[in-house]
Amino acid sequence: MRISCPHCGERDLREYTYLGSAKLLDRPDGDAGAEAFYDYVYIRENPSGENAELWQHSSGCSAWLHVVRNVSTHEILSVKLASEAKA
Amino acid sequence: MFYSAFEILKQGLTGNKGWKPVWRNPELKTEYDVIIIGGGGHGLATAHYLAKTYGITNVAVLERGYLGGGNIGRNTTIVRCDYGQPGNSEFYSHSMKLWEGLSQDLNYNVMHSQRGMLQLCHSDEQVGSYRKRANMINARGDEAQIIDRETIRKRAPYIDLDNARFPVRGGLWQKRGGTARHDAVAWGYARSADSRGVDLIQNCAVTGFDIVNGQVTGVQTTRGAIKAKKIGMAVAGRSSEVGAMAGLRLPIESHVLQAFVTEGIKPFIDYTISFGMGHFYINQSDKGGLVFGGDLDMYNSYAQRGNLPRVEQVAEASMAMIPAIGKVRQLRSWGGIMDMSMDGSPFIDKTHIDGLFFNGGWCYGGFKAAPASGAAFAHLIATGQHAEYASKFRLDRYKTGHMIDEAGTGASPKLH
Repeated sequence: MRISCPHCGERDLREYTYLGSAKLLDRPDGDAGAEAFYDYVYIRENPSGENAELWQHSSGCSAWLHVVRNVSTHEILSVKLASEAKA
Repeated sequence: MFYSAFEILKQGLTGNKGWKPVWRNPELKTEYDVIIIGGGGHGLATAHYLAKTYGITNVAVLERGYLGGGNIGRNTTIVRCDYGQPGNSEFYSHSMKLWEGLSQDLNYNVMHSQRGMLQLCHSDEQVGSYRKRANMINARGDEAQIIDRETIRKRAPYIDLDNARFPVRGGLWQKRGGTARHDAVAWGYARSADSRGVDLIQNCAVTGFDIVNGQVTGVQTTRGAIKAKKIGMAVAGRSSEVGAMAGLRLPIESHVLQAFVTEGIKPFIDYTISFGMGHFYINQSDKGGLVFGGDLDMYNSYAQRGNLPRVEQVAEASMAMIPAIGKVRQLRSWGGIMDMSMDGSPFIDKTHIDGLFFNGGWCYGGFKAAPASGAAFAHLIATGQHAEYASKFRLDRYKTGHMIDEAGTGASPKLH
């Protein structure tokens, strides 16, 4: 699997570190209540097809990336900077 | 047919013509008392205990592929009970007791081999931490001890005790740990359930649930609709997918874990041994192949194949621990999909839908858990009550603050 970093170009999987679902970008407001935070922290849709994820180019430019990936075929469908992504 | 030494003798003298298929290939009925989704280790074990312990035999096990074709048939076969957290501790202890009588219970040789398990420690702090673990295991009534370098040298002279970077300081020894023949566990449970009247239905994928007023009434499958008032899911790896059909939203991610086997060699590694500086564990199968594994691939995956960086890590760890295996050729590797839960511990619980029960989240500890998981799930389905030794595997435990986080790594599934 190779991921194209918007800064550095296409690089090997080993340069990247996985965090988890891109839903982590969408943190509820502080007063959203326990149920909303429970959902945010613990619940995952965990689809078998396209999954929006957060990766860091940790051995490269250190940028956090929003990656859409097919988790059954490992095809990378889109990559953008997490700072420019809306979850 | 009851398997015995006498039967082998009798069949041997009559040309081995009397052996029967190990299970039937039954016609699918339109209604059952209980449907179990998933014909893996946990589903088949559940069917066995439902029939044997609770007398519920009008049961179908629905399997999308073939029986025992998933993780139960492809794993590193390790059986141990060294968990410390309340919830896990009593559960795996109970599972070990079931393992110890499993071949007799099933009348099927699961080749459970209590060859001993050695976990290496590479620093004084790690020895201290394993000493605490040994105390927890002993306090529960199971057995563990800390052994020193010289004892390890005598038992396993091939371990590189003086590795420059990771010298071995001692080890945690559990004499009841070991392995079992993974396929035989699936086949033994299947045969036992089948002989008591359970229908094992292969090539039958569930495509939806029938739910009326919050009560499950049956499933839709690739072979038509089947009715049942009680349905148990045991589809770890695909729990989120199957659960979504019933509106379940689960605290689970699916990850891939690889297992490896080498060509067969003469008896070499007597125990199950794990490396303490990096995730690596190894044992030798009865056929002679070295069976080993490492960490997850570390990102969500439903692909039943692993990546090469993990192969490299596992090879490096194996060479750091046992340099002598460097020239053994690896034959096969396999990637299985794991339900990774948010605290690394499983679920055996009711769901918000009446009659629908959930068993999953086994992370990569499902093999050794299969007997107690099946027994506890059967208990829950039959009686509506949680078994005493599996009462803490609740689906709402993150909401109520009752995490069972053995590794202490928080809500990050890949780190458990």
